[in-house]
Amino acid sequence: MSTSASPNGRVTGPAIPGPLDRLRGALPTALSSAGAVAIALLIGAVVILLSGQNPLVAYVALFEGALGGVEPITETLVAATPLILGGLAFAVAAQAGLFNIGIEGQLVLGGLAAGLVAALPLGLPAVVHLPLALLAAVVAGGIWGGIPGFLKARTGAHEVITTIMLNYLAFRVSTVVIDLEDRLPVNPNLQATNAAEAGARLPRFVEGTRMHAGFLLALLMAAVLWYLLYKTTLGYRLRTVGLSRGAAAYAGIAWGATITLAMAMSGVLAGLGGAADTLGLQGRYYNVAAGYGFTSIAVGLVGRNHPFGVVLAGLLFGALSAGATRMQNTAGTSRDLVSVLLGLVILSVSAFAVFDQFRRRRQLAAAAGPGGPGRDRTAATADEPELESRPPQPAV
Amino acid sequence: MAPAGPPAIEMLGIVKRFPGVVANDGITFVVEPGEIHALLGENGAGKSTLMNVLFGLYHPDEGEIRVAGRPVRFHGPRDAVDAGLGMVHQHFMLIPRFTVAENVVLGSEGTGVRLDRAAAARRVGELAERYGLRVDPTATVGDLPVGVQQRVEILRALYQGGRTLILDEPTALLTPQEVEDLYAILNRLREGGSTIVFITHKLREVAAVSDRVTVIRRGRTIGTRQTSETTADELAELMVGREVNLRVERPPATPGEPVLTAEGLEVTGTRGEAALRGLSLAVRRGEIVGICGVEGNGQAELVETIAGLRRPERGRVTLAGREVTGQNPEAIRQVGLAYIPEDRHGRGLVLPFSLTENVLLGNVDHPPFSHGGRIDYPATAALTERLMAAFDVRAPSAATPAAALSGGNQQKLICARELHREPELVLAVQPTRGLDVGAIEFVHKQLVAERDKGRGVLLVSFDLDEILDLSDRILVIFGGRIVGEFASGGVSRTELGLLMGGKDKTGETGEGVGVDEHVRVA
Repeated sequence: MSTSASPNGRVTGPAIPGPLDRLRGALPTALSSAGAVAIALLIGAVVILLSGQNPLVAYVALFEGALGGVEPITETLVAATPLILGGLAFAVAAQAGLFNIGIEGQLVLGGLAAGLVAALPLGLPAVVHLPLALLAAVVAGGIWGGIPGFLKARTGAHEVITTIMLNYLAFRVSTVVIDLEDRLPVNPNLQATNAAEAGARLPRFVEGTRMHAGFLLALLMAAVLWYLLYKTTLGYRLRTVGLSRGAAAYAGIAWGATITLAMAMSGVLAGLGGAADTLGLQGRYYNVAAGYGFTSIAVGLVGRNHPFGVVLAGLLFGALSAGATRMQNTAGTSRDLVSVLLGLVILSVSAFAVFDQFRRRRQLAAAAGPGGPGRDRTAATADEPELESRPPQPAV
Repeated sequence: MAPAGPPAIEMLGIVKRFPGVVANDGITFVVEPGEIHALLGENGAGKSTLMNVLFGLYHPDEGEIRVAGRPVRFHGPRDAVDAGLGMVHQHFMLIPRFTVAENVVLGSEGTGVRLDRAAAARRVGELAERYGLRVDPTATVGDLPVGVQQRVEILRALYQGGRTLILDEPTALLTPQEVEDLYAILNRLREGGSTIVFITHKLREVAAVSDRVTVIRRGRTIGTRQTSETTADELAELMVGREVNLRVERPPATPGEPVLTAEGLEVTGTRGEAALRGLSLAVRRGEIVGICGVEGNGQAELVETIAGLRRPERGRVTLAGREVTGQNPEAIRQVGLAYIPEDRHGRGLVLPFSLTENVLLGNVDHPPFSHGGRIDYPATAALTERLMAAFDVRAPSAATPAAALSGGNQQKLICARELHREPELVLAVQPTRGLDVGAIEFVHKQLVAERDKGRGVLLVSFDLDEILDLSDRILVIFGGRIVGEFASGGVSRTELGLLMGGKDKTGETGEGVGVDEHVRVA
């Protein structure tokens, strides 16, 4: 193969990411996320100042609440647990090209199912009862996530609409179930299930803290999801469907089955997030919308829908959440101001993430040269919109 | 030709840099008034950048531009138009719902609230007549054939006062007859005093229409020649930078038994129309069958039906003796189909995936690529490296995303993936669209090599030259049927062009005329 007189020699530009660059690429991501947090905190400082308080005092409390010792750190990890699982749920759907807004509902039903099974006085040993409770969450979340996937595969109903509606439905189901004290182990006065049997709880393992095994479960799930996405044929099909429906069809990958499965997996992870909260932290399921599901979307986005990125993003949001509680309690910052601060961080980090992706795409285009890849005459002209608008093929 | 006055356009020492790339590296391009000047170069040579610089869309980092002898500095296309330049884009900038006249006056309709449609139509009609551009000013643009839409674009450029017209790859979407018409129009425009820049990467067009030609390669001017004093071989060498074999080496075919048959295919298109209406064909081992026709006559549906992406209402497809009608694309692939799709970016590749991951496309569920659901990445990466070497895919590594490759290298990767599995039939759709000369040569050689290994090759292309160069047998598709069959060399371009347009040899429009006993037509 001659390499000298290549008409295509321009691919050897400097800005093409190889495997090494991909590793190095993670560093700017972490740095830019840190920068985004810093900017959000700066703006937040102005807001705190305007409200007549000392931002320095507030931020010291924030830091101490998140990282200042064993107890704050465990609080951060505890807060991160449902966010990591929810973020993984968002990520797996996003990898298949779906926008799962239904994590909240899947989380609620997962928590409810786990709480119900855990509260049954079955007298079972922990090795049986705990997995059984988790299994209940997996099934409930999986079904609740699978429904919108199936609907989209069959009818084309958009998952954003169906998952929002299923969120409402999940809250109502939860409210109804909590009132069925005759038949189920629930307590309508508490608006909760009965307390979980000891053998069905996720064990706590740091003396004097609320640290529970749900966090380890979240880390395990991240590792499992990573393996599944990047090392198995199932994950390959899922990612192909997410990146190019046309290429998936070309390769004979069944789009409908794949997105249904991806949504079910998303629901399973979200359900486990609910179970971790119920079995690890609360000890029972409370019929109160915790709102983890929506923060999870931000966690998934900031983590770039990569399992390990999601873990880091979940830790960041967990730290902010734990620190915010301390800020409220010791610095007297108002609850609303804390919410504003969290909102600023989410906004800022997400904006940086989007900007970063844009920058990378431009780098790639520049490396290829103007009029080069992605721009030659097959690109983005007649073909891609046509693929978009093509109705689902008859089952092939 | 005697130059009358200063050059129409002078671009002197133009340099335009992008991050990591020098797109124009000191290009000098001088167009004399009243000539047709071809700007020849491969994709990515810098032609588009140069024209964007000329129209003020990019500001050159260095260099000078003069129009009719006066130095200019354009800040946008409007300035260029005001200076008498007109651009005819490759993808027309027309509004389909507007009439011809409305489209032509668009952008120069004045500041008044009311548009006098009748007056506009009259003025446009006069202009069309003066240059012999047969167009009905009151027709709706969306209803017109592509060739006529192009005339509307040319009219608009003239209407805006363009004395120098720049046509960007103007033949890309035209049928052979429409190309001939375009040449005639350009000659009339030149006789009327216009200057024309004709951007192309096709040598045939340079010879057919231009007075002079400037060749650019990798952002540099390689040379300017009188078209009458140069040869296609010289131009190809200037364009590519090495000697190029323009003619496909194709020893006579020795066809064997049929490997692909389609019988009585009736297929409904995406918009519910009857796209294939009882189409039958056969491809034998050891031959290249070319299907030529104007886009939209059922080619896409035929390809999708063979590949398993579309189910026929009636009819059957067999591959290597097995019925594959309506089967899953993967199952058909396993029977022995290699499919080089028309749409590299939307179908053939997953652009953000690495080359290794792209080699997995369509193969992932089978050894050696995976075992028991677990992908064998080391084995796939090693295979990818071997394929990259064998098919000359130029990329830093197998981990490079496919999006970072040039079109030619992307296509080579697809060929590598599809051909390495020793298929029974190669289905190649527009396999060289948008590629440069070097890559075209490579892809063509691969297809001939597959044929010589005793495989069947079905080539679907809108490029008549490609069909004529490669095919052992040519089928003409029109209106969802095969309306003509010819042996290689047994037919003229004109004859094919007429059949492609749904006319017989006398130029009469018909439902299609039987040219071969084997082909039944209404």
